[in-house]
Amino acid sequence: MLAYASGRLVQTVLVLVIISFIGFLLVSNLGDPLASLLTADSTAADRAAMIKALHLDEPITTRFLSFFGGLLQGDFGISYRSHEPVAKLIAERLPATVELALASLFITLLVAVPAGVHCGVHPRSALAKAIMFGSIAGVTLPNFVVGIALIGIFSVKLGWLPSFGRGQVVDLGFWRTGLLTASGLKAIILPAIALSTFQVALVIRLIRTQLMEVGLSDHVRFARARGLTDNRIWYVYALRNTLLPVVTMLGLQLGNIIAFSVVTENVFAWPGLGSLFLQSIQAADMPVISIYLILIGAMFMVINLFVELSYPLIDPRVLRRKA
Amino acid sequence: MSAVPSPATPARPSAVLRLFEAAKGAPGPTLAAIVGILLAAFAFIVPLFAPDPFNLASTSVMDAFTPPMWMADGSKVFPLGTDDQGRNMLTALAFGLRTSLIVGLASVAIGLLVGGALGLTAGFAGGWVDSLIMRVADVQLAYPALLLAMIIDGAARSALGQQRDVKTAIAIVIISIGVAFWVQYARTIRSSVLVERDQDYVAAARVTGRSALGIVVLHILPNVMAPVLVIATINLGVAIITEATLSFLGIGIPLTQPSLGTLIRNGNNFLQSGEWWIAVWPCALLIAFVVSVNVLGDHLRDVFNPRLRGRS
Repeated sequence: MLAYASGRLVQTVLVLVIISFIGFLLVSNLGDPLASLLTADSTAADRAAMIKALHLDEPITTRFLSFFGGLLQGDFGISYRSHEPVAKLIAERLPATVELALASLFITLLVAVPAGVHCGVHPRSALAKAIMFGSIAGVTLPNFVVGIALIGIFSVKLGWLPSFGRGQVVDLGFWRTGLLTASGLKAIILPAIALSTFQVALVIRLIRTQLMEVGLSDHVRFARARGLTDNRIWYVYALRNTLLPVVTMLGLQLGNIIAFSVVTENVFAWPGLGSLFLQSIQAADMPVISIYLILIGAMFMVINLFVELSYPLIDPRVLRRKA
Repeated sequence: MSAVPSPATPARPSAVLRLFEAAKGAPGPTLAAIVGILLAAFAFIVPLFAPDPFNLASTSVMDAFTPPMWMADGSKVFPLGTDDQGRNMLTALAFGLRTSLIVGLASVAIGLLVGGALGLTAGFAGGWVDSLIMRVADVQLAYPALLLAMIIDGAARSALGQQRDVKTAIAIVIISIGVAFWVQYARTIRSSVLVERDQDYVAAARVTGRSALGIVVLHILPNVMAPVLVIATINLGVAIITEATLSFLGIGIPLTQPSLGTLIRNGNNFLQSGEWWIAVWPCALLIAFVVSVNVLGDHLRDVFNPRLRGRS
């Protein structure tokens, strides 16, 4: 196990270095940092100072090393668009996106687990068929269309929920949260639902297929023979066996959640990382784009590493199989 | 499927015949095919006769915000209503779907070309070439295609500067979507090539002294195309959604050009004020077309490749 874990760790680090190098190549080859960062009335001395500060006069290997060293220390460069440090821009936007992602994960589990269990236990019921039909819609409908439809129905037609922004936020010093005010909670509902539709549909289908298989296995039959209640059998004994694929899939879907968060944040004017990324693309703000690229890669790699390393905790049989 | 020939049948029926047979047993996919073809015909035929609604000379702002014809204030001239510029929504939809289809088809072709070439090379060459190509594919898989297309689009903007004409903008969208999807094709083709390259017919071609390129293109490629074409069909739907999403976000097709994405983006501005038809029609058209392509693609997968049946 240890050898396996360290092997995976080395692999992850290697891939992260490669991704950072690609990000570095993007910043160093695209766009003109001097033209973007210097003002019109700057002198030749300013120019020389800027070249020095950005290490533009050094060979490419040295520049990559200082870029990479900066990454490790949280120095992400300077945005061409706002002339502020990229790290500061990201830190400002991070809470909004993390809260949105967590809220959508919460909705995913809240809706998909009971729905998936129902479809797995009673695959032929009318409700199960309706849920499966809905899940096809969830996979097929483009994310922004879902968002527009939610706004059209719940904000414009019914006027129940706000269609844009985060509502009132509370500053906790290190974190600006919208989850502590009524308007903030109301504001997060629609974007979280829009972001979760795809995941909900996938998890329902996964739990259903898994449960239909698990339902035939010996331990479920024994549980039934012992006279346990149906709820206990399915939610405690059978559902545990579906955890592994569900967790794996949620980890692999992380990239999609991030991509869809860009779309969702745009539809709902949510002031998070996705909006920042989109504004940076529109402005061809290469430092922010490449840092975003690197951060997403890092998050994806690290979370999936944890997911894989947590397999033995979720299902001890994995370890025995490997031995 | 009842259309699968019995083992006693000596000759394999042609693909067209099998398709036709399959259509009888599968009304859903047949309906999807008909809807898809009708919509495509609508997209390519209407623009031949109707004036371009995105040409300012052909529209009048006086007609702006006309609702669909069955509503009060509706007009028979504009069956589906008009948008903020007085564009006829019906013809705008045709022009928009045409752009989306062209972008979708072209980007699938680029993905096929890049992925096909790399997949064939990886599978046939093996060794370090194979490892290199497939590791790059693995890294790319960490990024969803939509995000990758956005990043490529941003990089292209940065490289070309902000002054780009419409044609360049469309080309960037096509390339960024196409490149974002190459991995799937490459992986599928590579795995098929790994099976095919040890077959007797390849050995026979080698003995006759054909070059490696000749063997790959003339002998192996035709044998590995079926599963790839099925993926390409399904990816057409994904590519069209990706184009619509990029354009909706304002980083795809420019707003001056009709596409499903730009139409929805424009319509979204008027959703709050009650002019729902400007956004709803292009959304509905997008969903109708993508669903019909997906149903058809899923079905083709079963017809052409029974081994993949049941997998998603």
